[in-house]
Amino acid sequence: MAETVLSISHLTKRFGDQAILEDLSLEVREGEVVVIVGSSGCGKSTFLRCINALEDIQGGEIRLRGELIQSDRKNLPELRQKIGMVFQSYELFPHLTVLDNILLAPVRTQKRSRQDAREEALALLDRVGLKEKADSWPRQLSGGQKQRVAIVRALIMHPEILLFDEVTAALDPEMVREVLEVIVNLAEQGKTMIIVTHEMPFARAVADRIILLDDQRILEESDPETFFTDPKTDQAKKFLQTFEFSRKTKQRLKSPKGEFP
Amino acid sequence: MPDLGLEVLWKGKNFVRLLGGLWVALRISLIAAGISIVLGILLGVAASRKRSVSSAILRIWLGVIHIMPQMVLLFLMYFGTTRAFGWNLSGEVAAVIVFSLWGSAEMADLVRGAVTSIPAAQRESAEALGLKPTQVYRWIILPQAVRRLIPQSINLITRMIKTTSLVTLIGVVEILKVAQQIIEANRKASPNAAFGVYLTIFVMYYLACRPLSLAAKKLEKRWG
Amino acid sequence: MDWAYIESVLPLYGKAAWLTLRTGAAGILLATLVGLLCAAALYWKVPVLRRITAAYVELSRNTPLLVQLFFIYYGLPKIGVKTDPEACGIIGLAFLGGGYMTEAFRSGVEAVDRIQEESALSLGLTRFRTFLHVILPQAAAVSSPAFMANVIFLMKETSVFSAVSLMDLMFTAKDQIGLYYRTTESLFLLVSAYLLILLPFSLLGTFWERRLRHAGFGT
Repeated sequence: MAETVLSISHLTKRFGDQAILEDLSLEVREGEVVVIVGSSGCGKSTFLRCINALEDIQGGEIRLRGELIQSDRKNLPELRQKIGMVFQSYELFPHLTVLDNILLAPVRTQKRSRQDAREEALALLDRVGLKEKADSWPRQLSGGQKQRVAIVRALIMHPEILLFDEVTAALDPEMVREVLEVIVNLAEQGKTMIIVTHEMPFARAVADRIILLDDQRILEESDPETFFTDPKTDQAKKFLQTFEFSRKTKQRLKSPKGEFP
Repeated sequence: MPDLGLEVLWKGKNFVRLLGGLWVALRISLIAAGISIVLGILLGVAASRKRSVSSAILRIWLGVIHIMPQMVLLFLMYFGTTRAFGWNLSGEVAAVIVFSLWGSAEMADLVRGAVTSIPAAQRESAEALGLKPTQVYRWIILPQAVRRLIPQSINLITRMIKTTSLVTLIGVVEILKVAQQIIEANRKASPNAAFGVYLTIFVMYYLACRPLSLAAKKLEKRWG
Repeated sequence: MDWAYIESVLPLYGKAAWLTLRTGAAGILLATLVGLLCAAALYWKVPVLRRITAAYVELSRNTPLLVQLFFIYYGLPKIGVKTDPEACGIIGLAFLGGGYMTEAFRSGVEAVDRIQEESALSLGLTRFRTFLHVILPQAAAVSSPAFMANVIFLMKETSVFSAVSLMDLMFTAKDQIGLYYRTTESLFLLVSAYLLILLPFSLLGTFWERRLRHAGFGT
């Protein structure tokens, strides 16, 4: 059994009186890919933000290899270096070139030599097919390219775990694939990841474990095959049906006559 | 408690005299601000026509007035006119003239900015409805421009009040001059009067300007 | 115009102009520093400090420099804080300018999306480094027109320094008028000197603003 990387126990998050997450526990082992699904507004993104201490939590604890993650901790920057996060809106720094975006953290926080970090950055860019974009500015890139750069920016820190927050949600459909392929590759290399996504085929392909978040807690937790073919709870069935429906609707819209019931 | 020299304020008519001095300064700024706003609106509307002669002249005038410190303008008016034309302007009149010149240039620039900031599509769509140019101005451009202008005009008044403190340097007896007189007269009895009196003036100016800038900020937020 | 006289007093005006430039530059530099610190305090919402900062900004922006200088130069010594004229001018300018600079930087910093900060934090940068390397450079683009306007405004404000007996340009001109009735020459020299000092700043400001309007990272 692989070692536990991240352990979350009894996590509670509220905004004022409104509970977002209630008594949520989760363990992620080394090399595991956990995919979190759920309807919009169910707290998936908030959950990821809690892991990176971008949100205060009102109860429970989060530990990375046994170390407590808390927003008022002195060593928070060091801990965050071990957690890679990729945002839906990429969040590249517009005033820095692609290469400088990637080098900012390793050079400033890990005190690595620029030369050494640069070599690794170029190698990583090469792996995601963007080597020639190293000296470009973020605004010269397409959404898919920006997101791949954002992934490289997280990877160069050699994080213990990677968090992906709906990284394809803001992309044009034709760019989704190039980003998902990068993530699938990372999974094959054995990287530990938590992925929040709405792309069900991708979830099925990449996940070791799928978690359905609803009603402030984990409603269903199973391997992808079971989740997609034999969901246990009614909510999971209903959730999967929404995707069925949208696929059927799409087909109907695509049909030549364009008939719609 | 150290001697802060505040007691001098309550001696005789000192406090009233200070207030009187403040009034002299406020009077100059309000007169100048009034002239500036009226003149500035006329000039600004004239200059808002693109590439007109008046806009070119205004820009040059604005450039000159913008670049010179008001203190220098005040000096030019106060000492320069005596020399050049033999006028013997009182400090107060010189100040009103200078601040009006400066203020109307600023105001004209604000008006021009407010009018030209309204998208051309607004004018076009109004014209498309069949409104005449004057009607477009009256019903479409002005109401929108005014909302931008009111907070900016209020800010101009506060700047005017602050700038007016300079007139003490050309011999106008306003609040700072009165303060010097009070401090001088009480040198023996309250040696620390300078602290208390200047602190009081500091607070008085704050109380005069703060409500205005607060109002401007609120209006900006509401109409922004 | 008596050119011989003008030539004879040129060194005097040169010295005064240098004083104006020197104190102005020092005051503006300090004001920028104060502005950056205050903007950071407001951005980080530091408890207590942000309230003090907000109060300071209102105080400095709602009172005239001349009154601030009188208080520092004549008032403060009575409670044991003495300054020489030059230091007084610089401190006064920094006090006034700090408030204006804070506003300039605050609006720039607020224009940067909060998620940019989060993204930098999630890379493990400290809050300070995040502010320095990620927030400020982006804010600079938004703040610089206001910053340049403040620089010119503060340079002009130095013209009241003569009130605390700094022998600057105004002081010198007034002196020459009072002592020798050299009104025409003195006013001419006064205007020329200020033009010489202020025109480069003004041109630089226009140029900078024009460049920024077309700038953008990578276009």
